[in-house]
Amino acid sequence: MSSEKKRVKGETLLEIRGLKIEGNSDGVWHPIVKGVDVSLKRGEVLGLIGESGAGKSTIGLAAMGFARPGCRITDGTIMFDGIDLRKASEEERRELWGSRIAYVAQSAAAAFNPAHKLIEQTVETAVRHGIMDRAKAEADSVDLYRRLQLPNPEKIGNRFPHQVSGGQLQRAMTAMAMSCRPDLIIFDEPTTALDVTTQVEVLAAMRDIVEQFNTAAIYITHDLAVVAQMADRIMVLRRGLEVEQAPTREMLKEPKEDYTKTLWAVRKLAKQESISEDIALRIHGVDASYSGVVKVLDNVTVQLPRGRTVAVVGESGSGKSTLARAITGLLPPSKGEIYFNGKPLPKALKDRDKDTLRRIQMIYQSADTSLNPRQTIRDLIGRPIEFYYGVGSAERDRRVAELLDAIELNESYIDRLPGELSGGQKQRISIARALAAKPDIIICDEVTSALDQIVQEEILTLLMKLQKDTNVSYLFITHDIATVRAISDEIVVMHQGKVVQQGPKTQVLNPPHPAYTELLLSSVPEMDPDWLTNLLAKRSKAKA
Amino acid sequence: MHPVLKTVLQRLGLGLLTLFVVSVVIFASLELLPGGFAEAILGQGATPETVAAFNREIGLDRPAFVRYLEWIGGVLMGDFGYSYAGLGGSIKRSVSELIAPRLYNTFFLAAMTAIVAVPLSLLLGVLAALYRNSWYDRIVNSVTLTTIATPEFFIAYLLMFFFAIKNKWFYTLSTVSGSTDLWEHMYRAALPAITLTLVIVAHMMRMTRAALINLLASPYMEMAQLKGVPRREAIIKHALPNAWAPIATVIAFNLAYLVVGVVVVEVVYVYPGIGQLMVDAVSSRDMPVVQACALIFAATYILLNLSADIVSIITNPRLLHPK
Amino acid sequence: MTAQAPDIRSVRARRSFFENVKRTLATAPISAWFGMIVILVYVIAAVFAPLIAPYGEAEVVGKAYQPSGPAFWLGTDQIGRDLFSRLIYGARNTVGIAFMTTMLSFLIGGTLGVLTALKRGWLDQGISRIVDAFLAIPVLIFALMLLAVFGKSIWMLILILALLDSTRVFRLARATALNVVVMDYVEAAKLRGEGMGWIIFKEVLPNILPPMITEFGLRFCFVFLTISALSFLGVGIQPPTADWGSMVAESKTLITFPVRTFPYIPAPFYPAIAIALLTVAINFVVDWFLHKTSGLRDEL
Repeated sequence: MSSEKKRVKGETLLEIRGLKIEGNSDGVWHPIVKGVDVSLKRGEVLGLIGESGAGKSTIGLAAMGFARPGCRITDGTIMFDGIDLRKASEEERRELWGSRIAYVAQSAAAAFNPAHKLIEQTVETAVRHGIMDRAKAEADSVDLYRRLQLPNPEKIGNRFPHQVSGGQLQRAMTAMAMSCRPDLIIFDEPTTALDVTTQVEVLAAMRDIVEQFNTAAIYITHDLAVVAQMADRIMVLRRGLEVEQAPTREMLKEPKEDYTKTLWAVRKLAKQESISEDIALRIHGVDASYSGVVKVLDNVTVQLPRGRTVAVVGESGSGKSTLARAITGLLPPSKGEIYFNGKPLPKALKDRDKDTLRRIQMIYQSADTSLNPRQTIRDLIGRPIEFYYGVGSAERDRRVAELLDAIELNESYIDRLPGELSGGQKQRISIARALAAKPDIIICDEVTSALDQIVQEEILTLLMKLQKDTNVSYLFITHDIATVRAISDEIVVMHQGKVVQQGPKTQVLNPPHPAYTELLLSSVPEMDPDWLTNLLAKRSKAKA
Repeated sequence: MHPVLKTVLQRLGLGLLTLFVVSVVIFASLELLPGGFAEAILGQGATPETVAAFNREIGLDRPAFVRYLEWIGGVLMGDFGYSYAGLGGSIKRSVSELIAPRLYNTFFLAAMTAIVAVPLSLLLGVLAALYRNSWYDRIVNSVTLTTIATPEFFIAYLLMFFFAIKNKWFYTLSTVSGSTDLWEHMYRAALPAITLTLVIVAHMMRMTRAALINLLASPYMEMAQLKGVPRREAIIKHALPNAWAPIATVIAFNLAYLVVGVVVVEVVYVYPGIGQLMVDAVSSRDMPVVQACALIFAATYILLNLSADIVSIITNPRLLHPK
Repeated sequence: MTAQAPDIRSVRARRSFFENVKRTLATAPISAWFGMIVILVYVIAAVFAPLIAPYGEAEVVGKAYQPSGPAFWLGTDQIGRDLFSRLIYGARNTVGIAFMTTMLSFLIGGTLGVLTALKRGWLDQGISRIVDAFLAIPVLIFALMLLAVFGKSIWMLILILALLDSTRVFRLARATALNVVVMDYVEAAKLRGEGMGWIIFKEVLPNILPPMITEFGLRFCFVFLTISALSFLGVGIQPPTADWGSMVAESKTLITFPVRTFPYIPAPFYPAIAIALLTVAINFVVDWFLHKTSGLRDEL
């Protein structure tokens, strides 16, 4: 599928020098980008990588001479093919936009106008800039759809955005960006919202088309493994400044800066697998559904040993979060039984006694929504202690201080509100709140997905330490294979409400796999620039 | 069935249901009075005989649901019963007869206002959204905020004071009758219409501005800009097709608001419309007239909101083009 | 495990509540300051009316329609009562009644709104449908009709308007509470086994309070204007109670009197200005509030 044609790199296309951008929040301007240089040759793909707040999207848009409302470019030059974009008039910039520099946004579902057909929106730029007439542009769009491996390329253009899937929409947006054969495309986290198995197809299609037309591109992402497949050169950004820059292979082999290594911190964690026969929680043949029609859980059987971690892994719609709701009693199963410490667990939340509730605790994905913003840390962590153990305020405060120590936070935090803490600190508070009840099991629902890599690694390390100290069991729900590798003893793979496979980590992660596990595992990008090429070759061979 | 048709029918059904419930509520309000309506009208000292006679006269001695069916049946045929004002006298005045000319006057006033106010406020609102945070936007914001916060009768008296008393350009009282010709009618209704226009424009342009700003901030508008589509074209081609629903909602909301604003303004200018009739009927507790007026106001209100919802449904691409 | 130390140990400087209030007030625009001062003046006038007013509320102290002068600052009304005194008592009556009505409306609508948002199910369905039907009739029209049935007493007026307005409050309280109820921290409290009381008072209420306070300002303006309109129409607050709406209606003939002295303002304009000034003031403050909170929301 992938063309093996080598990219031809030409003279410098984009030259950004000393770029400074400020953002306005609450009436005050503060720096977002603090002096960054970027240069890009024709036909070259540059990866911009960094964590939240690094300023990578802002720089990507600035490469078009554009700043979002609430942002302003304060200093620096942006030269695109000899045109100074900062000095260029609105009119001149508009002539470039779409025709010579194109943009692919993160959320295709929001960036497509819901009122127009895909083909209308694909041809708009070419027709508008007078590059092609309508009939020619439509024929060309169909050709682009075909090159991007969209199903039914002749017809799909007649659909409306809400009628096609997320992965297809992202490819249609790439076709839209390609319609004028621009010199430069800005890809702004184009696959972040997609499931891994969909991501592979979209990445392959995008890389392919950029290669075919020898288009230069800036590829923005927070995932180093993804950018390794796409970019010739990678630039690492942090808090509005460049950390380092190097050709892709060099960067992956030996990064110069310590910070760069933290970008794949979680990948370096691997818990020593340990198996136990002492089962704390046993889910047996459970069915569950929301409306009573479609089964979200279909005959699910899962076992959670005491003092161990079972990772439940699957894509969106696999039923993994519903499993958590079934265990907690929020969604009583319509069939099957859940045994807790050997005894059947009452199905509905309201039928469970206080001690049972105490023994099953939960940690959520987003600490922003799981910690009441109006309660202090003392109230948040102290409430389960008061509620389950009925202790006085002195004893409660002593326990809270103990727990703060256990999660490596200073005691002085006790009177703070969650809003005053960083994302990682907030997630630590969530952990302390769960621990405060001294539970037997903790359900962790995507607890690290919203965090930066280095913070993820800290939280996972903390969770493992706490497990060692308290012998608590974790049911760890996640979509991220690196996290699974880092923390689990056993793995449950779920797909469309069914358990595909359960077993010890080494067994599940190593072949032979059931078909879906194989697809899922092979779709996870690796830190190898040849990974995608090899995978596609393997898959097409298997097909043939 | 096509989803659009299905949703429209559902919405129509809901509208009818609401109308039914509202008519029941309006009818039932009379039944809620402790001691009965007759006692409230005739006073504590009324003898049981007089009360019974009064109840028989207005038909209150029969079961409620029978009277409701008769009432609503009559309403559907355009018959709202007889006014209490003529009860016992030689001439019974039918409510429909009382209402008909006044309803015409009120709709005349509302139409005059709407024809000016709707395009004006849409225009001003669009400008305020396009030139957001400009001086124009700020001034318009303060002025409309002040207008909204001012009671309608104050605005009405201010206009009357300046344009009918200090400068005798208009009449202080907008009396019209069936024999008034069209131009004269428009002239006499001008001050009430200007008052209402001021109030409606203030509300409506603020809502238009908010709805439009919401629309312009959507990611597909940024995408259009980054595709090199000029702003004007982006607004026409990308914002407008998605703007019908919010625009319809704004218009319906304000026309419905007009229905209420009319009551006070009619009283100030002594304009013989249905609002003034209702206020008079409330003072004299002429219930058949009050109920008829309330039903007409409520029905107008419900129908306006219903049509806005239907516009939203038939312009929604997700419903128009199902998966 | 290298560069994370500052992330864990450092924390933003903490400010006390009063410091926050001070900082917030310092950034308030002129319009908001104007609004707050006006509201303060009204509150003082309402609380200390008997001390401030030179004459009694319904006291006939002079001849009818006397012009303004040293004895009667704003002149007298149609039966010789001092307009200035009645204006001050009006602050107490009109504003007080509107305030009580809004409080009652929030008590009813707010409680039901939060309860139905938490409970959902048939209770929510039932109440929401009834409220929808009530929302289909404009408040002024409904109020007129009910006042015709029940007669014109102040308590009836408060009760009727509070009930009608509570449907609007219910809608907002329910919507706001629904946004909070879906939060994980409410689910966490349920999973912990907390009772309804804790969930309502500790988890939900503190989080819906800020938007509800803003809404209180707006609802108060609406109720206040509706009461003034009803009084103006002669079916609201009844004489001899000093009330701004009815004062406008009582003295409306004065508007046609010839201009006498400069600067001459027709008598009905004083109570009308009193009404408008308060609602404008509240709107300015609320506008600033909304601007502040929405500004925080689209923070980068």
